[in-house]
Amino acid sequence: MAILKVERLRFAYGAVEVLKGIDLSIERNMVLGIIGANGSGKTTLLKNISGYLRPVYGSVSILGKNIMDYGIKERARYIGYVPQDGMYNLEFTCYDIVMMGRMPYLRRFQTETKQDRDIVKECMEATNTWYLKDRSIRHLSGGERQRVYIARALAQRPKILLMDEPVSHLDIKYQIEILSLVRGLASTGLLVIVVLHDINLASEFCDEILIMKEGQMIACGPPAEVLTRDNMISAFSVDASIIENPVSGKPYVIPYLGMGNKGKR
Amino acid sequence: MRVKRSAYFLIAFLAFILMAVFSISAGAVDMPLRKILDVFLGNGDEASRTIILALRLPRMIEAAVVGMGLSVAGAFFQGLLRNPMADPYVLGISSGAALGATIAIVLGFGILGLNAMAFIASLMTVFFVYAISKVGGRISMTTMLLAGIAVSAFMSAVISLMMLLNHNELSRIIFWTMGGFNLTSWEDVMFSVPVIVIGSFALYTFSRDVNAILTGEEVAEHLGVNTELIKKVVLVFGSLVTATSVSVGGVIGFVGLIVPHISRLMVGADNRVLVPFSAIFGATFLLFADVVARVILKPVEVPIGIVTAAFGGPFFLYLLIKNRRKGEGM
Repeated sequence: MAILKVERLRFAYGAVEVLKGIDLSIERNMVLGIIGANGSGKTTLLKNISGYLRPVYGSVSILGKNIMDYGIKERARYIGYVPQDGMYNLEFTCYDIVMMGRMPYLRRFQTETKQDRDIVKECMEATNTWYLKDRSIRHLSGGERQRVYIARALAQRPKILLMDEPVSHLDIKYQIEILSLVRGLASTGLLVIVVLHDINLASEFCDEILIMKEGQMIACGPPAEVLTRDNMISAFSVDASIIENPVSGKPYVIPYLGMGNKGKR
Repeated sequence: MRVKRSAYFLIAFLAFILMAVFSISAGAVDMPLRKILDVFLGNGDEASRTIILALRLPRMIEAAVVGMGLSVAGAFFQGLLRNPMADPYVLGISSGAALGATIAIVLGFGILGLNAMAFIASLMTVFFVYAISKVGGRISMTTMLLAGIAVSAFMSAVISLMMLLNHNELSRIIFWTMGGFNLTSWEDVMFSVPVIVIGSFALYTFSRDVNAILTGEEVAEHLGVNTELIKKVVLVFGSLVTATSVSVGGVIGFVGLIVPHISRLMVGADNRVLVPFSAIFGATFLLFADVVARVILKPVEVPIGIVTAAFGGPFFLYLLIKNRRKGEGM
């Protein structure tokens, strides 16, 4: 059974159609990167997969069940979500933030059990954030904060982890740190779907890449298959050379600068 | 942190007991502790009995409960709107109540009619603001905030006009809008206390959900929180608590804004801790303000709103300056 199945998915904000029929089926745990130009529908696709937005047409199924048939709480046990770094000015400790990840399992008047505390500790250790447990979330660096949010999503014990540009605000060191962490998580049995801006980071860290263009999927597959010059021109209107990264052997995209218009031909 | 929290709770609780006793003892006629004990043990002279049981006791209970209700509602509105400027009146409840009260005063209603008018008008205002803010099934918090401000401004204009046209009622209207418990009776207590206490407790049960919403509405939804439902529930109970408080105590400013903030600086942002602490602290603060309002220009009473702002403002500024390094978080 497919972990995630997207069928003829269409979505519109009012009269503006943002997703124009997406079909996708993922059978195994991996890191799936979504790339595409601004406004191509990457984030909207993510929000349809998570059930936050209701498709206008078509469906999203998780483990064979339509996402709209899950209750909100039940859904949160299957899907974890890591937001873009919001500059939260909150006086919460990191431990409190990660404990929020147990909410899908707690009834309204139920207090956290030892099992919840164990899971929180485990998730914080897995993301190397346990030493931050008593620190306030607002005093962390961007990279630390993002790791805490990943820990919270993991505490939901999800089958799918969705990340919307998790590294866009981070410097190169933290980008690598976070994406390496994500890679490790995928290998422990988790489907990670991550929206990325940096094509070369996607190439390095993703098992497969999905390229969006104007609400449609124009390619989906291993980096070596989909990161082609034609796809770059089509999706980003940028001409580029694709070489092989001498270290990793993954494709490396070098855009031609100042030739934005030329690429359109 | 845990030890510090417990210490704060203990201090707040002791302060509350102290203020409650003080509130019964202080006033135009001083009641020493001995006399108070006598009255509660069933003895005491007739005059003391009347002053304590018919005047001071309902007043003390009302001030404490209103202080608690406004603080709890304030904490929840700040959390829900994720805006440190929010207070229980942000959605126009106060101006709605004030307009209702003004109309009642001008029409010559009695105290009960006045309270009822204030209550109904404030709820109608919130409902109006809420209806405007609903966009495609979801409530836009930003629209709600702005609509609240616009509605408040318009109603204030109407109140000003009515005050101009009714010179002889001017002082009554002003006095009511600045709040006070000098007319509190047991009837007020019987009606308002259950509503405020139950409403506040109902809000409290949504602390965990509002914690999640503080980190972002969308994020909260992905944690399994039905954010639209929570917003509605918090708005309903928060408005009910506030409207009830205002209808019995008038528009007492500042409590619902600064008590949650000061509490946050002391015990942190976790609503499960913040809300009970704000409740005790708010009750204590309003008891204190009520005592000051009674004794500062004895035998004349000062509107309590003047006291809350005069003491709360500087104290809050002091805390802000002291915590400046930490920034102005929520």
